Amino acid sequence: MKHEDNKGLNRRDFLKRMGIGASVLGVGLAGCDSKSNVVTGNRTALPEIPTDKMEYRTNPKTGDKVSLLGYGCMRWPTIKEDGNDVIDQETVNRLVDTAIAHGVNYFDTSPAYCKGFSERATGIALKRHPRESIYIATKLSNFSPSTWSRKASMEMYHNSFKELQVDYIDYLLLHGIGMGGMEALNGRYIDNGMLDFLLKEREAGRIRNLGFSYHGDIEVFDYLLSKHDEYKWDFVQIQLNYLDWKHAKEINPRNTNAEYLYNELAKRKIPAVIMEPLLGGRLSNLHDHVVTRLKQAEPDRSVASWAFRYAGTHPDVLTVLSGMTYMEHLEDNLRTYAPFKPLTDEEMDFLYTTADLMMQYPTIPCNDCKYCMPCPYGIDIPAILLHYNKCINEGNIPEGHDGEEYRKARHAFLVGYDRSVPRLRQASHCIGCNQCGPHCPQSIDIPSELHRIDAFVENLKQNA
Amino acid sequence: MLKRLRQTVAVAVIVLISLLFLDFTGTVHQWFGWLAKIQFLPALLALNVGVIAGLIVLTLLFGRLYCSVICPLGIMQDGFGWLGKKARKNRYRYSPAKNILRYTMLAIMAAGIILGIGSLVALLAPYSAYGRMVQSLLSPLWQWGNNLLAGWAEEHDSYAFANVDIWMRGTATLAVATVTLIILAILAWRNGRTYCNTICPVGTVLGFFARFSWFKPVIDTSKCNGCGLCARNCKAACIDSKTHSIDYSRCVDCMDCLEKCHQGAISYTRRRTVAPADTTAEPTLAGDGAKTDASRRQFLGVTATIAATATVKAQEKTVDGGLAVIADKKIPVRHTRIVPPGAVSLRNMASHCTACQLCVSVCPNGVLRPSTDILTLMQPESSYERGYCRPECTKCSEVCPAGAIRPLTSAEKSATQIGHAVWVKDNCVPLTDGVECGNCARHCPTGAISMVPSDASNPDSVKIPVVNTERCIGCGACENLCPSRPFSAIYVEGHEVHRTI
Repeated sequence: MKHEDNKGLNRRDFLKRMGIGASVLGVGLAGCDSKSNVVTGNRTALPEIPTDKMEYRTNPKTGDKVSLLGYGCMRWPTIKEDGNDVIDQETVNRLVDTAIAHGVNYFDTSPAYCKGFSERATGIALKRHPRESIYIATKLSNFSPSTWSRKASMEMYHNSFKELQVDYIDYLLLHGIGMGGMEALNGRYIDNGMLDFLLKEREAGRIRNLGFSYHGDIEVFDYLLSKHDEYKWDFVQIQLNYLDWKHAKEINPRNTNAEYLYNELAKRKIPAVIMEPLLGGRLSNLHDHVVTRLKQAEPDRSVASWAFRYAGTHPDVLTVLSGMTYMEHLEDNLRTYAPFKPLTDEEMDFLYTTADLMMQYPTIPCNDCKYCMPCPYGIDIPAILLHYNKCINEGNIPEGHDGEEYRKARHAFLVGYDRSVPRLRQASHCIGCNQCGPHCPQSIDIPSELHRIDAFVENLKQNA
Repeated sequence: MLKRLRQTVAVAVIVLISLLFLDFTGTVHQWFGWLAKIQFLPALLALNVGVIAGLIVLTLLFGRLYCSVICPLGIMQDGFGWLGKKARKNRYRYSPAKNILRYTMLAIMAAGIILGIGSLVALLAPYSAYGRMVQSLLSPLWQWGNNLLAGWAEEHDSYAFANVDIWMRGTATLAVATVTLIILAILAWRNGRTYCNTICPVGTVLGFFARFSWFKPVIDTSKCNGCGLCARNCKAACIDSKTHSIDYSRCVDCMDCLEKCHQGAISYTRRRTVAPADTTAEPTLAGDGAKTDASRRQFLGVTATIAATATVKAQEKTVDGGLAVIADKKIPVRHTRIVPPGAVSLRNMASHCTACQLCVSVCPNGVLRPSTDILTLMQPESSYERGYCRPECTKCSEVCPAGAIRPLTSAEKSATQIGHAVWVKDNCVPLTDGVECGNCARHCPTGAISMVPSDASNPDSVKIPVVNTERCIGCGACENLCPSRPFSAIYVEGHEVHRTI
């Protein structure tokens, strides 16, 4: 079979380049170093992570035992090669091996992630493990109108099999429905017959579960759920976290509260896959006041663990996705879910009051997904928004016009701005063409936020 | 004693003046900015009567002290001369004054000033020659060092140091500075103050007054044994030991001869026509020269770094590969050059500026750079491909010692029209890319730009900028922030005479 040859070649190719030993060794070392630590003896603050305590949830249709921690493959680590950022495959392999060794079995990627290289990197890493032991999720990411045609969409779908080196896909999603409203839904999946085609693929067994991921226009979400009897959605991926539960609409009127989304799914017994449980790290990188509050309640747990336990506490959640770039992120999440301890009602309330508190800090809801990039005029959009958020969280947003505090905050903001974003990529160069706007899953009005930050910076510069 | 005092003051002055050119934070200027303003030629061009009168009185009282402790170029030459003397002792000898050459140079300088040929003045001005060396040769190294610290600060999450752009401001100026440095180093190494006594017009003018100075080194003929050691250690070549005479127009009051004379025959004292046999006049200047050794080493360090930086090139950060590539902006062909607010007019700039590069050194926005035009060579001019003349900044006007850029407040600045923006239709992004833009209008500090539909009959057509040239001040925000690259779709044409709006 042609497909088999392809597999073999890639595998050899991979072995030649990486050496499987290195990654296995990495897992072994990670497991033993905390116990034999000379400095702390056996009194280390971080005990070894158990390999057999992962929390699993059952897919009601297939009976899949899915790990509550799912691996999001949108934020793979990169290294510089000839001045370009390329995926650090060696590290990806180590991360995947460690995750699987501790019971993670759900991997979520897309043809659009990591400048289009996520599927390939994920495929290479997963190829080294038995196919039946893992669940692979990918998407039909035909956002660009140039890929709306049946031919281009088909090509994208088939290419995913090639990149991932698989002959079936466990979970396939219509990607980001709601962005672009009903028009985009019709253009991408209905008019070109792609949805009918995918339903047939599910019957044929090449897609084991069919679902969709949702951002933006609630009309599309409601429409697709209203057709549940016809399409029989096996799962739906939504954005859920303790901030968006009740505040999503307040943060941006174009979005919908996670409470509504989750309840609509629960009503129909559709399992929910959770994305952005941590809002791209924003829920671990909180304002100092909030961090203190969370740490005080659970000194041994990370700030991020609150967000993951929150998402996992909802019973109809199948898995919670986390884009773990660093081994430390992975380890922290593994500790949260293996074993998993659901939040009590008091703890849930505690998080809701924390969310109310957070609403007082006007951060911009950017999760650094980089869907808006590259800006044709060279602006580094996420870097600008993240710098602004960082300054808000660190209390470096200068207020008033004089005094020592103002001068210090002003200096820190401006110097940090130049460090985070090269001058030519700063907000002052945003012309407001809004080519980025439609790509933002958080529906941020990017040009107006950039112009607002630019006016703020200009004001700081002028009031020395 | 007097020599030590001279050396101490000189080292302090040259270090501080160098820092004026190096320190981009403005801290040194706050305390020692006056050191640039007491330089003779800039003060003369600025018609700074008080400073000129003060310097003349100083010279009439004590001789050409200015050349030894105030002029940074003179102090720098002493550094090279000191090294030369280390290599070979007693290397100088008396030579008669080359008055024809001196007065010719002075005449050229006077003509340059009167006719407004800035490049002539700039080439001959001693303080400016020194400024150019520091700005072109030493400052890149200083900034590089700052950037190292900034990188370190960033790693430690400190905001103590911020990165600065290192860039080549002018090749012609760099070449002139390098050649000047090499020539002066060789001349000073071999013959001491040759430049100061043959070419430097400031030296010639001050020499004229120094002839009549009250205090001066005097040879006591009753003690002198005619060994000639003083003459062989006189860097100004002005002691004729055979006739026991000193050419005071060339003496720079270095006091070296006082210490060299084994007979104690030379003293710095009031003028005596006939020296009495028992002259024991003690130095009349009070002071303390104890720290000289340390200062001496420091001074050596400074001169050594000046030499070492000649090969350092400006470096720029390369762009990140994950982002759209941004082409560098190119300088448009401007019909009239732009000079910064406070310069009053092209003519005022040309006739006052001595091209010391102090304004270029302090410009935080990458706007000022030395001109390459032959008539205004090395004098500052503005261009906006790296930044624009920001409304809150008046730094160049604060530091200019020559009255070429006059002090003005930021309010006055925003009302000073130094040029006006012109639109280049072929480059305008709404027309070429069909997108909404208006970045020029959004950033215009005077609201001189409005966006109007490109098709007057269709209000929904893409919008293009129109400039109200009466309100435009020529700051270049539009030109700098225009997305069109490498040439902006809107750029500034200078005005010959600045206007107030």
